[in-house]
Amino acid sequence: MTDTSNTNNTCRVGNVNLHLRRAGRGSPILFLHGAGGISEWTPFFNDLSQTHDVWAPDHPGFGLSEDPSFIKSMSDLAMFYLDFMDTYAPKGGFHLVGHSIGGWLAAEIATRNTQHIRSLSLISSAGLRLEGVPMGDVFMWNAEEAVKKLIFDPNVQEKRLNAQPTPEEAEIIVRNKFTFAKLAWYPRLFNPELKKWLHRIKVPTQVIWGEHDGLIPKEYAKLWANALNTNTCTVLSQCSHSPANEKPAETAQLIKTFLGKHAE
Amino acid sequence: MKVLNFTLMPYRSMDVPASKEHRSAWVVLPNTFYDPEKGAHDYESYIDLLAQSEPLGFDGVCVNEHHQTAYGLMPAPNLIASALIQRTKKIKIAILGRALPLVNNPINIAEEFAMLDNMSRGRIIAGFVRGIGAEYHSTTVNPYYSHERFHEAHDLIVKAWTQPGPFPWEGEHYNLNYVNLWPRVYQQPHPPIWIPSQGSIETIEWAADPSRKYPFLVTFSAREAVLKNLLAYKDQTQKYGYEAQPSQLGWAAPVYVAETLEKAMSESRSAIEALFNDYLTLPMEMLLPPGYTSVESLKKIIATKKAIGRAGFGGPNQRQSLERLMELGTVLVGTPESILNQVEQVKEKTNLGNFVSMLQFGTLNNELTQRNQAMFASEVMPKIQKMQ
Repeated sequence: MTDTSNTNNTCRVGNVNLHLRRAGRGSPILFLHGAGGISEWTPFFNDLSQTHDVWAPDHPGFGLSEDPSFIKSMSDLAMFYLDFMDTYAPKGGFHLVGHSIGGWLAAEIATRNTQHIRSLSLISSAGLRLEGVPMGDVFMWNAEEAVKKLIFDPNVQEKRLNAQPTPEEAEIIVRNKFTFAKLAWYPRLFNPELKKWLHRIKVPTQVIWGEHDGLIPKEYAKLWANALNTNTCTVLSQCSHSPANEKPAETAQLIKTFLGKHAE
Repeated sequence: MKVLNFTLMPYRSMDVPASKEHRSAWVVLPNTFYDPEKGAHDYESYIDLLAQSEPLGFDGVCVNEHHQTAYGLMPAPNLIASALIQRTKKIKIAILGRALPLVNNPINIAEEFAMLDNMSRGRIIAGFVRGIGAEYHSTTVNPYYSHERFHEAHDLIVKAWTQPGPFPWEGEHYNLNYVNLWPRVYQQPHPPIWIPSQGSIETIEWAADPSRKYPFLVTFSAREAVLKNLLAYKDQTQKYGYEAQPSQLGWAAPVYVAETLEKAMSESRSAIEALFNDYLTLPMEMLLPPGYTSVESLKKIIATKKAIGRAGFGGPNQRQSLERLMELGTVLVGTPESILNQVEQVKEKTNLGNFVSMLQFGTLNNELTQRNQAMFASEVMPKIQKMQ
């Protein structure tokens, strides 16, 4: 596998500067990150970019992107990405891949307009509520609890716990948390009005989950698959809430296969 | 100086060792720990205790608001204030305070204060707070919008109290077609507004603003922080071009007084240590949910390595002893002379005009509380009240 050196860019949507990582050639993927943001060009991105043109922006208020005050909710963020796609979507549109609140975001965008969307891959997605199966209270967890809930492999947990963030990284962790709270504190990690409109999404969709997801239990995979009326639903073993980091090769392969099937 | 009497109304029968199996005495401590019979006894005792403040010579009594915690049994402090209006004739009744961002319609708070103001014929002091971080977990109000909601709710309530209704409110967080309070407030232009706080420069700048001049009350802080915050307020008033009146500066602290230092310490030790170590257990995630403070403040906390290790208040590695709390000046424990001396020192440096004594705290039982309150009222308070 070649090492794709991703280019760090700034792109502009309206008056807002977004930090964008982008690499690879092939049909374009727009990756919508979860609440933890994107800290580096991981093996997952590298893998996908062998066969795809991968766009991975930091959402407004996350990472190195600007934090415009007019974005107050997930609904605003979805509308913002419609602007983004109007400006940047290649001919034929993007394949959307969203993780956690990024999956929720992808679904919000697609219920509004799929003009620039070819397909939807939701990984461990927030956005819906399954009555009787509560999500974990991510805002109540301390750093150690969060790592243990969100990552399956104890060795990886340990490595993560011993990592020392630089001051710049620490600042980004705080920004990401603030924006996460702004978007998802209440209703906690879901939009009560979303499910009833998911039928409007007519593009191909798939659902990917970790069997041991400590934040959004695997029962949600089925909920999403049913709500989106898709049979493409994969639950990865020995994996928690971060399939793209915990099972990078498998997750990338699932996406590549799915996109291959639905290439125009 | 004015002296006001305050209790948090803690649930005193909490099974402390069993409570340690839970993350906190806030939000998640199962309410099966609460025995209604014992709780009812606590309410009765606390209301009696505060009602005695008038014959004992206090200038006022204080209640406050906390939710889903053994730390304080007043999720609706106006209910207690209402009871105290019936049990007193002259003294001030300070609600310190209501947490403005936690309600979805601030007019509810404006109305309740207006009722209390009428029922007491103008004896109400209205404290405005944001609520502590844990209360954003228990109410699910988004902490990211805490400051915005506080300021908009404040503006709305003051307008509702001072402008003829009905008028519409077209806000960012609140939209109302008809703001039209029945009853209107009794005091003119409106009940005094106090700002109890542990101090942040933003709060001080806002409270001291010449259009507001709201009394600032530093609560449960080490002496150093009390002085720092009160002096910062005074500095701020000078920057605004006026001198702070003593009535604009206040300090609230737990007090225990006895004939000797040894007696005071031995009688208050377990109750004070329970308050700071068992009732005030707040992990960082509960104390400072995202957005409750500014990004800058939280960055400072995270940048300090020491602060990361500290899991908020009351973690297992930071149990605070009575000695330590006395040394820091967070609590005043000792003979009447030593307590007067400590108040005097702060008075000299800040010229504060309000002292709020918390004479029941933690698990302190009725007998010791009564003794503490009687001795404070006879031996300490009159001399504080004479301080100019």
